[in-house]
Amino acid sequence: MSSGGGGALRIPAARAALAVRTGSAVNRLSRLLDLGSGTVIGGRAALAIDPRLIGRLARGRRVALVSGTNGKTTTTGMLVAALTGGTGTGVGTNRTGANMPAGHAAALVDHRLAATIVLEVDEGYLAELIAETEPRVVVLLNLSRDQLDRISEVRMLADLWRQGLAGNGERATGSPMTVVANADDPMVVWAAMAAPTVRWVGVGQVWHDDAVGCPACGGRIEFDPLGGWQCDSCAFGRPELFASIDRSRTLVFADGTRLPLEIELPGTFNRANAAMVAVAAPEMGAATGAEVVTPGTALERLRMLVDVAGRFSTVERLGRTVRLLLAKNPAGWTAIFDLLDEEGGHPAGIVLAVNARVADGLDTSWLWDVPFERLAGRSVIATGERCRDLAVRLRYADVDHTVVPDPLAAVDAAIAAAADVAADVGVASDSASDSAVARSPAPDGAADRPGTAGPVEFLGNYTAFSRLRDRL
Amino acid sequence: MTGATDPSAQPELVVVVVYPDLLGTYGDGGNGIVLAQRARWRGYRVSVREARSGSPLPEGDLYCLGGGEDGPQVRAASLLIEDGTLARQAGRGVPVLGVCAGFQILGHRFPDADDRPHRGLGLLDITTRKGRGARAVGEVLARFDRGPRPADGRRLPDLTGFENHGGVTTVGPGAAPLARVLTGVGNGGGDRVEGAWHGRVVGTYLHGPVLARNVQLADLLLGWALEARGSASRLAPLDDTEEEALRAERLAATEVRGLRGAARPFSRGFQRRGIGNPISRPAQPG
Repeated sequence: MSSGGGGALRIPAARAALAVRTGSAVNRLSRLLDLGSGTVIGGRAALAIDPRLIGRLARGRRVALVSGTNGKTTTTGMLVAALTGGTGTGVGTNRTGANMPAGHAAALVDHRLAATIVLEVDEGYLAELIAETEPRVVVLLNLSRDQLDRISEVRMLADLWRQGLAGNGERATGSPMTVVANADDPMVVWAAMAAPTVRWVGVGQVWHDDAVGCPACGGRIEFDPLGGWQCDSCAFGRPELFASIDRSRTLVFADGTRLPLEIELPGTFNRANAAMVAVAAPEMGAATGAEVVTPGTALERLRMLVDVAGRFSTVERLGRTVRLLLAKNPAGWTAIFDLLDEEGGHPAGIVLAVNARVADGLDTSWLWDVPFERLAGRSVIATGERCRDLAVRLRYADVDHTVVPDPLAAVDAAIAAAADVAADVGVASDSASDSAVARSPAPDGAADRPGTAGPVEFLGNYTAFSRLRDRL
Repeated sequence: MTGATDPSAQPELVVVVVYPDLLGTYGDGGNGIVLAQRARWRGYRVSVREARSGSPLPEGDLYCLGGGEDGPQVRAASLLIEDGTLARQAGRGVPVLGVCAGFQILGHRFPDADDRPHRGLGLLDITTRKGRGARAVGEVLARFDRGPRPADGRRLPDLTGFENHGGVTTVGPGAAPLARVLTGVGNGGGDRVEGAWHGRVVGTYLHGPVLARNVQLADLLLGWALEARGSASRLAPLDDTEEEALRAERLAATEVRGLRGAARPFSRGFQRRGIGNPISRPAQPG
């Protein structure tokens, strides 16, 4: 907003104040009536009164936006933890994963006094939120197929991001924006290269199925096994890295600095998220008080984080540990299968849950892009509102399965089955289990037996995961 | 046993999934998996060739094309025309299944994101233009009135699937509609039909994937593939309990929606309430 508009400002200011009061009141009312946390409904009410509220409330604050198909809730939580040392104090965020405008408005209203705001942003809203909030940092994680009926095809999203980042040249506040972008996802690179300042991070992404066609010229992108990539018909290729993850789980900076990526959160994808946060946190400047968080401090603070919004959390039930895993799309499910392989464990049982509500995507065809064939030899339970689709997919993947439509009953069935196996095997001492593994690496499921001490893995897509987490 | 009717003694059945790197966005690669497994379970030797763009299209016994984004769709069409294999094989009676973008490029013309027309393979007498209204998104149920029939002459069970497209396809006199729409939009031309077929070329807008939801259509295509190479085409029955359970569940869900939404496409009501597509985008085929 330009100076000298004092007279014109009065009405919008009054409107914004009313919007804020209304948003808070609706939130309080919603909580009082037990209609949920109320963040979205309050935000919606506030935006109805003042559609430009987000921009007004963001003005003068340090804002970071986190977007991408996978990992945005976790990475947002990580960035808050990195900036605050896990206390969350002084930083406002949309912790409930309400990542559309109503959720953003609610976060800004709820955290009116926070000088720093970290927002998770739905991919489709990133461009407009950049224009509204003039963020100091934008973290771009990845782009892959997800909810094609609702969101968009990958290239259209990449173009939208690109426009949003390019259109940010003339900022009212004049404060600079740094984009922290995944250099291993060509779609992210295509979008981010439009921004003036980018820190490219090589996170070692493995899902490439949505990036074979060059977004610049329509040519073919070739990926080499060492992580590089290049279009075969134009100059579009992997940019020069600011930092990257090497094989020994170390974050290596271009200046030679090496930091160990030792975190509690499991999986390659979470180390990738942590690397992005380690690069992003210092760009926020003195976010809370006088201190600028260094990459080393950021990683130190992430080390102890064990779950974000229930993802990767464990629950004890009927004497058994149940681990809750969320994956929403083919890239996400593939990453979880990688995690199970990486841990090399023998889960006591695997429960797969699929819903197809609006937040999940209404079309379940994506199940056929998930390499369920990798579960062959294990026995799994299919559950969720679309367990029938999942069962057919598992049948064609030659994966032994049973169907238990109710997710909680499915978890209990997996726990009961694990107990039965334990009884069959006898008192499975560790040494006995080891020799059992050595004797039969067994396609018949025996390989799962020694792991009866392991957790029951529950893997669900968005609403299937959330509903089970709430029921537990 | 090596008799002519022993499936395992027959030459390998080659299922070609056409350009999954360009036409693999919507999970339609599952059609290739369904076809291959249903042949394997009956004792046939099968290979699935995921034929990426940039290499010559292999010769096969059955071709599957899936949905894709606008740019890749245009590229796929021009590569297939240049390559020539698909048209040649279809001319020999080899069955072809095209879904969504893959359906559109089997026709004479289809539009790109900017509504410029592009030439298709001309294997089906259809043309596609951009729709003016909302993108068609939602469950579809359709009846195979004039659709292809198996050897016993019986109508296939109703076609079920999920559509997600902005194109409007008109079926010319040289092809027939695949099915009559009961719920959903389908081709969108006002005549309430879905898909098209001629000879052994079948096109549809439906994902799901369509052959996982409609295994008898999969078996029809498999029978055609065997027929095209002169093999015995009678297929042993399979235990389709799980596929039937999926169909029953989807049919029940679609009927409920159909009653609630009358004849209106599911997606429109949806977008009017403002929780549909969060970003304004041009209607696009695919």
